[in-house]
Amino acid sequence: MSLAIGLPAPREGLRRRLSDVLVRRRGLLLLLMLVPPLLWLGVVYLGSLFVFLAQSIFSIDEFSGTIVREPTLATLAELFSPANFDILLRTVAISAVVTLLCAVIGFPVAHYAARHAGPRAKAGFYLAVMMPLWSSYLVKVYGWKLLLAKEGAIGWFASHLGLGGALAWWLDLPVVGGPSLSVSYTGMVLVFTYLWLPFMILPVQAALERVPGSLIEAAGDLGASPGVAFRSVILPLAMPGVVAGAIFTFSLTLGDYIVPQIIGTSALVLGQAVYTLQGTAGNIPLAAAFSLVPILVMALFLTLAKKMGAFDAL
Amino acid sequence: MNAPATSVAATSAVRFAGVVKHFGAVKAVDGVDLSIAAGEFFAMLGPSGSGKTTCLRLIAGFEQPDGGHIEIFGETVEGLPPYRRAVNTVFQDYALFPHLTVGENVAYGLRVRGVGRAAREAAAREALGLVKLAGMEGRKPSQLSGGQRQRVALARALVLRPKVLLLDEPLGALDLKLREEMQVELKGLQRALGLTFVFVTHDQGEALSMADRVAVFNEGRIVQVGPPEQVYECPATRFVAEFVGSANVLSAGEAAALGAPARAASLRPEKIGLLAPGEAAAAGVAALEAAVVDVSYQGPVRRITVRTASGHAIAAVVPAARTVDVGPGAQVRLAVPLAALHPMEGER
Repeated sequence: MSLAIGLPAPREGLRRRLSDVLVRRRGLLLLLMLVPPLLWLGVVYLGSLFVFLAQSIFSIDEFSGTIVREPTLATLAELFSPANFDILLRTVAISAVVTLLCAVIGFPVAHYAARHAGPRAKAGFYLAVMMPLWSSYLVKVYGWKLLLAKEGAIGWFASHLGLGGALAWWLDLPVVGGPSLSVSYTGMVLVFTYLWLPFMILPVQAALERVPGSLIEAAGDLGASPGVAFRSVILPLAMPGVVAGAIFTFSLTLGDYIVPQIIGTSALVLGQAVYTLQGTAGNIPLAAAFSLVPILVMALFLTLAKKMGAFDAL
Repeated sequence: MNAPATSVAATSAVRFAGVVKHFGAVKAVDGVDLSIAAGEFFAMLGPSGSGKTTCLRLIAGFEQPDGGHIEIFGETVEGLPPYRRAVNTVFQDYALFPHLTVGENVAYGLRVRGVGRAAREAAAREALGLVKLAGMEGRKPSQLSGGQRQRVALARALVLRPKVLLLDEPLGALDLKLREEMQVELKGLQRALGLTFVFVTHDQGEALSMADRVAVFNEGRIVQVGPPEQVYECPATRFVAEFVGSANVLSAGEAAALGAPARAASLRPEKIGLLAPGEAAAAGVAALEAAVVDVSYQGPVRRITVRTASGHAIAAVVPAARTVDVGPGAQVRLAVPLAALHPMEGER
């Protein structure tokens, strides 16, 4: 019995010879694959970012409004003037609260999807989490403005549920309160949390899905009640996902300048400061100095997270 | 821990009475009765899907039975979560916590019970010494070999001095040499500590070499329980005969043709001998003419597959030195000792 069939000899062509060269020289293939993204990332993206940030060591001539191209630390020092430092503190505080809220709301949702949902429920989950991202950001923000307004849906529900007093009490509080939710920090934080929640849920869910079920069984087997197992096994192993989500929620809030224009108090946040400084004020050096802050804050955040062992499970 | 007042000698370590467990429409465990004595090394042997692992998980508390009754040292455990049971498990994938060091892994059970740092570190050191991993406390599980991880998993369970230690195919992922070493060590540890071991495996060699008693599982039921020799020598059913050590199964007619009682019987391949040409069979030994189909060399022995005149395939295992001139197509005469035929229940 013979298994031989007449195999035609492959045709020698240019493409085949090119394949031969690429198979033999792996380095060449890598180079061809990486040159376009490296050009994009390295030159267009990082290069222009660096050039922009480098402006922060220049200053602006107060009379002519032109940029003085002499290295100075005066512009960076301006960040610490009371008015500017206020903006920084306010923005970092809002970002921190938004991140915390996203983590607290997102974790149970991610946990359900990763550990309890069946295949159909999981498909529904992905749809539900991703769907808000399909519609326009501006439409959603203006939608929220209506919900949060003094005669808006939230106020209406609160009064009909007999919670009008509680809402009034909250709005009377210093800092978080205001004339209505739509012009308070509470409103701004709510909208940010709504907008960025998917960016927290998805990485946390991915991290939780990578935790083998046997680890949770092992914790129980060794005497850990579900609460203890959660704190000592599930949470530490999900931490890299939480940190990844926090990078999104934190940096997106730090840089946003549209939501604070529509919802919240009249006090500026970092994104608005950069927007006005590079636009109407034409103060590119100070805008660049402000833009340095999110990068430094994120670096500090990641260093702290690493110190606290958030990446031990990686 | 909440030890019952009853004496250990009078109580089974683990007792199943009519235990049933379904997964959807599948009956994973279908009416299992079982009694494991304290201090016993008990093996649950069976193919995948036979219900042995589910039984182990029922003891651990990862699953709850749909029917029947489970006791651990006389204490009813239905509805009791795993963290309230005095049993510990060595998992098939070891399930070591990747974010903790080896020392922290072993001390984990003590930590969640509120044992102080110094005491639990000393206990972890001692347990690691027991499994020959002294000095490895500071490593991460990812830095260990498969065999070392297995030992850490063992130490982590043993440090809690469980009343029953459950082992779920713990040697499955190890290579042959390591597996044989661990078999000896496990048996030694069990004897030294006097603990009850319940060991799940699909490897009949492992079950026979280590266990005091073996339960053979098939389709959610226990088909035979007994000491390894009994399960191997006198398989109760065709399934046991073929699963444990691949026996020949003779029909009632074939047994009768050899001069044995007319009942279906099992016949171990290594009981069969070869007769030299012209050699007469001794008293109580039947001679069987057959044609060789296949010979496979296995080192010390050769496994010879023959076909009898009636078309029945029979395997014989004979010392390799005796069979140099036997090849496929050769006519041979097998010597079948009639005492080696074991009648089986449930077979015609």
